[in-house]
Formats: sequence, structure tokens, C-alpha cells
Amino acid sequence: MKALVWHGKEDIRCDTVTDPEIQDPRDAIIKVTSCAICGSDLHLFHNFIPGMLPGDIMGHETMGEVVEVGSGVDGKLKKGDRIVVPFTIICGECDQCKRGNFSVCETTNRKRQLGDKVFGHTTAGLFGYTHLTGGYPGGQAEYLRVPFADATHIKVPDGIPDEQLLFLSDIFPTGWQAAVHCDIEPTDTVAIWGCGPVGQMTIRSAILLGANQVIAIDCIPERLSMAEAGGATTINFETESVLERLDHLTDGRGPEKCIDATGMESHVMASQPDTLLDRAKQMVMLESDRPHVLREMIYVCRPGGIISVAGVYSGFSDKIPMGAFMNKGLTMRTGQTHVNRWTDDLLRRIEQGEIDPSFVITHTVPLERGPEMYQVFRDKRDSCVKVVLKP
Amino acid sequence: MFHFGNIVRTKGDPKIVDSGTSLARPEDRLARALGWFSIGLGLAELFAPRRVTETLGMEGHETLVRAFGAREIISGIMSLSVDKNAGLWARVGGDGLDAAALISALTPDNPKKGNVALALLMIGGIAMLDYRAAQETKPKRPSPKARRRLYPDRSGFPKGLAAVKDRARQLTNGQARTGAPS
Ligand SMILES: NC(=O)c1ccc[n+]([C@@H]2O[C@H](COP(=O)([O-])OP(=O)(O)OC[C@H]3O[C@@H](n4cnc5c(N)ncnc54)[C@H](O)[C@@H]3O)[C@@H](O)[C@H]2O)c1
Ligand SMILES: [Zn+2]
Ligand SMILES: [Zn+2]
Repeated sequence: MKALVWHGKEDIRCDTVTDPEIQDPRDAIIKVTSCAICGSDLHLFHNFIPGMLPGDIMGHETMGEVVEVGSGVDGKLKKGDRIVVPFTIICGECDQCKRGNFSVCETTNRKRQLGDKVFGHTTAGLFGYTHLTGGYPGGQAEYLRVPFADATHIKVPDGIPDEQLLFLSDIFPTGWQAAVHCDIEPTDTVAIWGCGPVGQMTIRSAILLGANQVIAIDCIPERLSMAEAGGATTINFETESVLERLDHLTDGRGPEKCIDATGMESHVMASQPDTLLDRAKQMVMLESDRPHVLREMIYVCRPGGIISVAGVYSGFSDKIPMGAFMNKGLTMRTGQTHVNRWTDDLLRRIEQGEIDPSFVITHTVPLERGPEMYQVFRDKRDSCVKVVLKP
Repeated sequence: MFHFGNIVRTKGDPKIVDSGTSLARPEDRLARALGWFSIGLGLAELFAPRRVTETLGMEGHETLVRAFGAREIISGIMSLSVDKNAGLWARVGGDGLDAAALISALTPDNPKKGNVALALLMIGGIAMLDYRAAQETKPKRPSPKARRRLYPDRSGFPKGLAAVKDRARQLTNGQARTGAPS
């Protein structure tokens, strides 16, 4: 089959690889009908997340049709079922899964020794991601083996196009979780850093959850225009002062809730000197992340407020203003998304026409063109916001 | 064909049969080569500055050579990173400094002035490569003035933004009235 394969930094190729096979009774194989490129994939493209190996198949936003099931799938899935695959692989049985903490499932990381060593405790296995989370082959491919398939799936009905359902795999529940983590109250101002696909979903979620005011921050005009369409007041951090605008929009109080939808690769620019220093340290491996957004959020957040981090961080961040964080009494909530915790509700919202996540798609191309689309998405060329690939 | 990735595959996972074309352009390969060259030269200058100064008749300038070595290593690391363009421009600047230092050593009384002239020639050649690589790896990000498609009609709410806001307000007011936690 064809698959997008990681060969090294900035080197992803569309290779011919052997087809996946059932390895365990709980496996299923799907024929992929749609998959997408995520901001997390860009961190891997840049080799900023340790633990990738040449030959790894990329992709964790995937849906398709079940073509084969193992003997242990127990009637929970059958040939012909249409499913969206959550990016977190879950067993459904361990203590964390029972609590709904799916992204920290204790069973599915097949390289758990690595996870235990690096993070202190293993987290769930993830598709198309580092070997710290199992190194499972990803879904930017024609076929995908879904391990623990009896639990790791979201069944979706026929009659709704792929484009509306695909993002149940990751970015829609990710934006939703980021907003839910804020315990939004009707008087709240929610400020969101980053208007990429995750930021866009976060904006819609905060609106649906009844925030009084949503403010979105980025520097890409087309992304800001999309944020505004979704109900956000926008700030362009390249041409305006984030601090001044936030102060003005909240009468000097600061936003009650701040969400990081940017992650470890914050924009580097001279007017934000800390980002230059971070980039320099990152190059010589003195720091793994560029946490400018974390610093800014802690500084502007209203005392007693909540900071919700959806953006991915991989290792060590320097100069986090713990003094401000502690003295202002802030709360931080984070995590890879517990996808299946939210998807029943979100699927219902899509079915009822409350939201249509396909608004974010700007490019749909054949899988073979995947490698070049990594560059287009990364460079924000051609007004790109979200890329969907069709095998 | 041999694929390194296949050796490290977990048993049962798909293996590469045939590899597609790489995104790397010739200029990216040139940048890589220059990056490694820079690091190699930098290490030599940092750890064996005497060898360098003796060859060039510049005895006594070891500290300068060491500093240049550190500079080479830094620009080398940058040239190998995703910000290779910045690294390559740093190399172009560095070539200028190298040339200036060599020219200052090109005095009639330097017994090694032949070596110095040769080194200058080499620097010239490498500077040309550095400059070419820097020109060709310019980031392709759209300029602030580029024509853009904007998306003012992509709310994502089939019933419209106003309807969604109304509904959310009703729901949250309802919560406030019944005293349910928000
Ligand atoms: N927690 C999860 O489970 C989860 C799931 C999916 C994605 N993610 C992460 O979410 C992040 C965003 O993903 P995406 O797909 O939207 O990626 P993206 O790269 O398209 O979006 C990031 C956006 O942040 C903007 N940005 C950069 N620096 C900024 C700054 N200083 N202030 C404000 N905005 C800034 C960029 O211009 C860009 O538009 C990534 O880190 C990704 O890994 C997390
Ligand atoms: Zn993702
Ligand atoms: Zn589990």
C-alpha cells in the first residue's frame, strides 16, 4: 500500500509499504477513506519530538471502513462498519480508561518502558507518533491496523460526509477539551493563542459553551479572518500589542481563561526576544520547547484564572514565571485529548447541525501529494489552514 | 533495496518496499554538507588552534582561532536545523570575518604567506557556495503583502453564529436560575 513515511527531519515520503496485518485478536484493519495532517505532525516533521525512527508511518487523524476484524473484537465492530479512529489508542478496561482518562491509558503503549523512563509513567499508545508512545504505524496510508479496536473507535453513521466527521479523531475534541478544562462561566473572557485548526475548534467550543467574549491571537490574516467568522475578537500579534489589546478588551482585568493552542513551536520574532533565546537554546539542545505563549498567558491571565494547554510540549521549558503563576493563584490543566470522553456528545452536535467542523478544511488532495502538503501547511502557503488527504 | 527503517521495525508492522521521492532539494543537501563542514572545521579550530596558526604563520592568535571555531560550530548547527537559511547567512558573514583575518596576515614578512593566500582562495570558493545555498534556501513563507484568501464566511455554525450565541446564553442563564454549577 501507499503510506506517508518519516525518513528524518523535513523528509517525509510517499512510500510503498507492506500491507498491515492482524497481529492480535483485538485488532481490526480499516481501509482509509480520509485522513488529515495535524499541527502535531509538524513537530515530528521538524524532529522536535524525540523518539522517531526512519520508516515510521505518519498520521493520527484517520477514518475509514472496517475490512477485517480479529477474533477478539467481540462483535463490537464488524466488516463494513464506518469508523473514525481516535488518535489515542485505548483498552477501555484499565483504571484510567474507566475514569475516562483515555489519553493516559495504562495498557496500550507497547513501549511502556520508554514512557515510564521519560515521563515517569507511561501514557496511552498513539498512532503515527514517537516511540515514547508506542511508535504505532499511523493513518496517512491506504490501510491502518487499529489495535484494541473493540475500544479504539468511534462508530459513525452513513449519510454524513467524511469531512464533517474526520475531525472527531483529534482536533474537534481537542478544542472542546481545551475549552471544557476552562470551566467557562457566562461572564468569562476566554483568550486563545493560535488560530490553527486546533485554535479554530477551540474558538467554536468556547462559543458553544457560552463564553461572554472570545479573543483569538495569531499573526496569519486568513486564520484570523476564520477566527472572526467563528465569533472571536482577534489580535494580530505581529502588528498589535497583545498585552495592550487584552487589557483594553477586559477593562484591565485580564482574561479569566487562557488557552494555548500553539504549543512548543511558538513564532520566533525580534520583538519577542525570549523567542530568539528559546530558538537558540533549542538548536543546541539546552531546551526542547519554545514556551513564549505559556509565559504570556501566565502574565496576562486574571488572578484566580485558569490556563488550559492544548498545544503540545515535548520536554523542558525554561523561564516559566512560577512566581506570577503561584501568587496569582492560577490553575493549569493540560493533556493529550481523552478523545472518546467527548465524541458521543460531539457527534450528536454534528448530527443536529449545531456545528460543521469541515469549515476548517482549505485543501483536499490525493495521499501521494502529502509530502509537499506538509510544507504548504507548515509555511502557511496558499492560505492553508487544514489539509485533508484522500488515499 | 535496503531500507534502514526496516531493521528497526517492530515485528508485524508495515515495511518499506519502495521509497518515494524525497522533499530534499539539491540546495538542502548543499546546506547539510556545508553544515557538517562547518562543524568539522570548528572542532579543529577549537581543539587544535596551534596547528592552524602555525600553518598560517599567525602564532599568538590561538584565542582568535578558538573563537572562530566556536562561531563555525554554531553556524554549522544552525545550517543543519530547520532554520538552515539563518545558519547559511551566518556562514556568509563568518566567511567575511575569516577573509579579513587572513588578509591581515598576508604581510610580506610572513614566511607562510603562500599558505595564507591558498586559504584565502579556499574561503572565497566556500563563500560562493554559502552564498548560493543561502539564496536558494530562502524560506518560502508568504510575504505580508502576498495576496491571501480570507475566510470571513466560514463560521462552522450551519445555523449561524447569532443563533448559537443565543442558544448558549439561554442554556447558561437556565443554569444560573436553577443554581446548577456552571
Ligand atoms: N492536546 C492534544 O491532544 C492535541 C491535539 C492536536 C494538536 N495539538 C497541538 O495543538 C497545537 C496547534 O495545532 P494546530 O494543528 O492548530 O497547528 P498549527 O501549527 O497550524 O497552529 C499553530 C498556530 O499558532 C500560531 N502561533 C505561533 N506563535 C504564536 C504566538 N506567539 N501567539 C499566538 N499564536 C501563535 C501560528 O501562527 C499557527 O497559526 C500543536 O502544538 C499541536 O501539536 C494538541
Ligand atoms: Zn493531532
Ligand atoms: Zn486503558
